Amino acid sequence: MIDNFDPGLIDWSRAQFALTAVYHWLFVPLTLGLSFIVAFMETMYFRTGKEEWKRITRFWMTLFGINFAIGVATGIILEFEFGTNWSNYSWFVGDIFGAPLAIEGILAFFLESTFVAVMFFGWNKVNKKFHLISTWLVAIGANLSALWILVANAWMQNPVGMVFNPETARNEMVNFWDVLFNPVAVDKFLHTTSSGFVFASMFVMGISCWFLIKKREEQFARKSILIAGVFGLASSLFLAFTGDSSARTISKVQPVKFAAFEALSEGKKNAPIVAFGVLKHGEKYIGSKNLPEFVFKIEIPDLLSVLTGGDKDAYVPGIIDRVNGNPEKGIMSVTEKSEKGRTAMNYLLEYKKQKENKATERVNILMNKFQEKDFRDNYFRYFGYSYIKVPEDVIPDIYGSFYSFHLMVILGFFFIMLFALSLVFLFNRTIEKQKWFLRIVWYSIPLPLVASELGWILTEMGRQPWIIQDLMPVSVAVSNIGKGSVQATFWIFTILFTSLLIAEISIMVKQIKSGPTH
Amino acid sequence: MGSIQQFIESVFRFYADGFRNMSSWGKKAWLIIIIKLFIIFAVLRIFFFHDFLGNKFRDDANKSEYVRNNILKPGN
Repeated sequence: MIDNFDPGLIDWSRAQFALTAVYHWLFVPLTLGLSFIVAFMETMYFRTGKEEWKRITRFWMTLFGINFAIGVATGIILEFEFGTNWSNYSWFVGDIFGAPLAIEGILAFFLESTFVAVMFFGWNKVNKKFHLISTWLVAIGANLSALWILVANAWMQNPVGMVFNPETARNEMVNFWDVLFNPVAVDKFLHTTSSGFVFASMFVMGISCWFLIKKREEQFARKSILIAGVFGLASSLFLAFTGDSSARTISKVQPVKFAAFEALSEGKKNAPIVAFGVLKHGEKYIGSKNLPEFVFKIEIPDLLSVLTGGDKDAYVPGIIDRVNGNPEKGIMSVTEKSEKGRTAMNYLLEYKKQKENKATERVNILMNKFQEKDFRDNYFRYFGYSYIKVPEDVIPDIYGSFYSFHLMVILGFFFIMLFALSLVFLFNRTIEKQKWFLRIVWYSIPLPLVASELGWILTEMGRQPWIIQDLMPVSVAVSNIGKGSVQATFWIFTILFTSLLIAEISIMVKQIKSGPTH
Repeated sequence: MGSIQQFIESVFRFYADGFRNMSSWGKKAWLIIIIKLFIIFAVLRIFFFHDFLGNKFRDDANKSEYVRNNILKPGN
């Protein structure tokens, strides 16, 4: 049945989801970060009582409001797509996806209808303390709201805390805490929210630099740079720390993705980390899949072994190890995983047949089989490999994974440098004179967003062919619907989101040009 | 009872005043929100994004059977 699906339908469904997610993510990071920056600024106003801080707070709060209004509800479309285009997947994941999304929906509704209203309507109507608390609650609530979405996404990268029920054909949550504290979820939440903080900091700093270039609102700009510079530097350092932690986790739970974004074809001891390099078509193949090699690379000796194994002599498995297996290192091949996956698949097939034959006793035995820990850990966890036709199908796009990862990391270090320099220039009172620096920061506003999108591209494309790691490939997840409908909505979304983006930018530019109110 | 009514009235006044005295960017933002929600719920949801399994089957047992058949490979 799956084989009968039009490959074009899968590609269009993926393209539509990618488009929606990428556009949605244009709005989210600014909400996550700017909410905290505004809260810091209002705290300064609350503590000092200076009207200048109130003016600063209200200006950035206005930009936060514009972004919030344009971005709100764009994520709902992703939920529509799950139910329409990805119905096999949506049913298969069961309440694991539903519960976090429901919590997110309820939290977002109460947050948006109460505290955001106090933020914007409450100036001079509620007392200063309550207003400040509301602003902080918006910041905390917006970030907690992101937590649930990221927990759901993390489960797709590393499915835990569930048991598959062959009767309902769904995964059922058996341990909420395993799902919530999934190591991928923890890393993802910290890394993703801090990337939003970095973008918001660059946004505030870039616009403030524009005011300095124009020799307007200089005191306002300096104070804004102070808050954004400190928050941005702390966030970008934390981002590097959480990025490192994420990579270590990926090396354990998604080892092929890890080897792909390091472009590590062959495993080795004393593995260097490639700071940057250029790939070309290589001489080695796994089946029909070419393994690229470096035209040139800048590398730091032994560092990959140290980071992943804690020792410079630690062996770091490459793509070949992960696909062909390496018994010496205890690494199972894809072929072995496929056999285990097929065993699980055969049990499910037998369950179906026995149920049709009304063989109740055997049905109960098979039902219990899916609950057994040994079966879950050694067979069902490889269920998705039963669909893999040739071992090299588990290798994601190596070029895309490598470049998206390395560009993201390079940009991350660039941001640390910019935030640090901004504080140096601010404290030695020369920032207005550093025209080159002001221009670089102004032009760098979109770069954290680019880095953030690269991170998502790596996350999602590096996971291919899986929609749920090791359990379900993308090709099995899709609904059997008409390709034309998916194509139509793809173009509707393109127009809708582009219009929203143009509206956001034009309203924002107008507000920025008019400057803070007096 | 009276205090609850007063509270509800004050909350209502708070929102009403807020909307009445909204800045021009706020009004534009609300217009965009309303248009966007209309497109999402009245156009996309109704005409393009049906609940695939919900429309096809009435009960969960049938949905389960359909998905189970889908995830079992052909030829098995």
